[in-house]
Amino acid sequence: MKLTGAEIIIEVLIEQGVTDLFGYPGGAALNIYEALYHRQDRIKHYLTAHEQGATHAADGYARATGKTGVVLATSGPGATNTVTGIATAYLDSVPLVVITANVGTSLIGKDSFQEVFITGITQPITKHNYAVRDITKLADTVRHAFMIAGSGRRGPVLIDVPKDITAAVCELTPAPKWTEPKAPSAPQAELKKVADLISKAKRPVICFGGGIISSEAGKELVEFVTKTQIPTCHTIMGTGVIGFGDHLDMGMIGMHGSMTANHAIDEADLMLALGMRFSDRVALNLRDFAPHATIVQFDIDESEIRKNILVDMAIIGDLKSELSGLIPLVESRERPEWLGMIAKWQSAFDLVNGKNISGIRPVEIMEVIGEKCGENTVVATDVGQHQMWAAQFCKKTRPRGFLTSGGLGTMGFGYGAAIGAAVALPDATVFHITSDGSFHMNMNEACTAVSNKLKVITIILDNKVLGMVHQWQTDFYNNHFFATEPERKSDYVKLAEGFGARGFRAETKQEFEKVLAEALKGEGPAWIVCPIDRDEKVLPLIPNGGTVRSAIVE
Amino acid sequence: MSVKKAIIALLVENNANVLSRVAMLFGKRGYNIDSLTVSETNDPSISRITVTTQGDDRIIEQIILQTRKMVEVKAVALEDENEAILRELLLVKVGADESQRVAIREICEIYKASIVDFSPSSIVCELTGKPSKINGFLDIVEKYQILELCRTGVTAMDRGSKIMVCENKESHRS
Repeated sequence: MKLTGAEIIIEVLIEQGVTDLFGYPGGAALNIYEALYHRQDRIKHYLTAHEQGATHAADGYARATGKTGVVLATSGPGATNTVTGIATAYLDSVPLVVITANVGTSLIGKDSFQEVFITGITQPITKHNYAVRDITKLADTVRHAFMIAGSGRRGPVLIDVPKDITAAVCELTPAPKWTEPKAPSAPQAELKKVADLISKAKRPVICFGGGIISSEAGKELVEFVTKTQIPTCHTIMGTGVIGFGDHLDMGMIGMHGSMTANHAIDEADLMLALGMRFSDRVALNLRDFAPHATIVQFDIDESEIRKNILVDMAIIGDLKSELSGLIPLVESRERPEWLGMIAKWQSAFDLVNGKNISGIRPVEIMEVIGEKCGENTVVATDVGQHQMWAAQFCKKTRPRGFLTSGGLGTMGFGYGAAIGAAVALPDATVFHITSDGSFHMNMNEACTAVSNKLKVITIILDNKVLGMVHQWQTDFYNNHFFATEPERKSDYVKLAEGFGARGFRAETKQEFEKVLAEALKGEGPAWIVCPIDRDEKVLPLIPNGGTVRSAIVE
Repeated sequence: MSVKKAIIALLVENNANVLSRVAMLFGKRGYNIDSLTVSETNDPSISRITVTTQGDDRIIEQIILQTRKMVEVKAVALEDENEAILRELLLVKVGADESQRVAIREICEIYKASIVDFSPSSIVCELTGKPSKINGFLDIVEKYQILELCRTGVTAMDRGSKIMVCENKESHRS
């Protein structure tokens, strides 16, 4: 069958199982949009307000489902607007295929209108990228992009296609949807060694990260933890895998992790690191991190081993199959002494502090969401204080239920991500937890949620300051508040209504419960603004380079 | 851990931008490139890159693992400086009037360097050899006025029957 390049792109997307994509048209992309026009019944395009929003939406779609998210953008500014979204996905290992149109081949390199060398720009933030120059290679390039994005350690792939290639005609030979071959797993003898280490350990700890979610190993992890009774903690990327409130669940580790998790790592004699990469927000002091522990690092990416921290043993491969292999090798046991110590820390340290705080509190907001909403809830966050509170207090979630920009820390990620999740999971209740700072970055995507009648509930924790930076200026810069008190007069209720969404305000927990019920009842997106005290802090806080012994707790 | 020199050989797909990708990775991760050579191999779809870099054992391990992950990189090998054949080419233009020519020619003879250009005021010498030989030659020639100098950077190959081949990476792409 002879097709144009544009038609080949869309046909291969459909062949690879793509049902939804996010994008924004423009001159160089017009042929591709024409191909979409003729295939509206087979693939749905979501128009966003901005290409950054489209990229975050595809990212949220991918995080919420495990499927590869797809973005379509035009040349020049369309392409550069995807950059922050691509970097966000890259740092959190999220599978994306980003297709950018470019000016025609004869115009490339001449600083033509809306021309940019996007493959050069995105080299360090993609797993791989392609500049297509030959129509006969187009179909296989798109197929390869899906293979690279969705295999091994996931990541974004960009394909740049000049306009004349989208117009050229070529034969398309159909191919099956690519499926990932079974990832190799560690040899049995290696797993046996890990099991021996576990049986000898007196104070073992598990710390898991996003790798557990990428490899769909949540169930295996719960089984492994239940059998071995090893207390667990997680990086922010692992939020939601293990149900909160469990005595084996110490919560988050690191800079804003729980005191218990950080104490446990400090005291542990064995640490199993499962799909986490010892970033500077987790291992704040590389020399003094888990100082008494034998560290066993599990990762699918060999280059993560010893990248940030020296470990005693490395297991390379797929976590799901490795945990399944490990479960029969470990003994079921009780750990009264070690778990007793952890329970003691939990009751001594892990309390929410709140002297002199007025009005509704972030912990209450997250509690209400946990109580009122069922299993089928997705929480997407922006970045800053509210993100940490959401991670610390978000009780009701599941793997792929907590979407946050952990690695890049992208303010403005949340709305797009929530929109992507709402498109992917039409039956889920999708929350977007944000703040006055982050929300001002990308609130324009409200129009996307309105146009597509997506019931995304945005909760704005409004403390009138850029809270995280404000907190650091308080603690480390002698209260020299600068560029963190913007004196904005934005009226969120009116703004929501201006976009065609519903706006609410809640100043107490009771009011919040009431308006949340109303917001959930109605159609389309809603915003709930909750004024919070500007002195509300994210605690504990272990400063850069510190350990649990240098934690700030009030 | 101590910082040392390392010579890394890469087989890469002979595509546009592959060199910039490899160089970008070094830049992004903060690794040094002391020298770099690249050319097509007997298989025109494959190019060979030789990078001279430095770092402690952990950095060198990271360089190898990070480059191996790249889609277009088909093989990575750390060359053993004492075992492998290392070669580099030097061109050096030395200011030389009549009174200095004989002495420079004598040095060239000892080092088996050839004189490839000759003018009333200068001589261009060419020398191929392992980097230490080139350094030795330059130590002597430096006593004269060096007008211009370029070195190609090291290229390397194992001795004997050991050959570098492309790996099948499909099974462990990460």
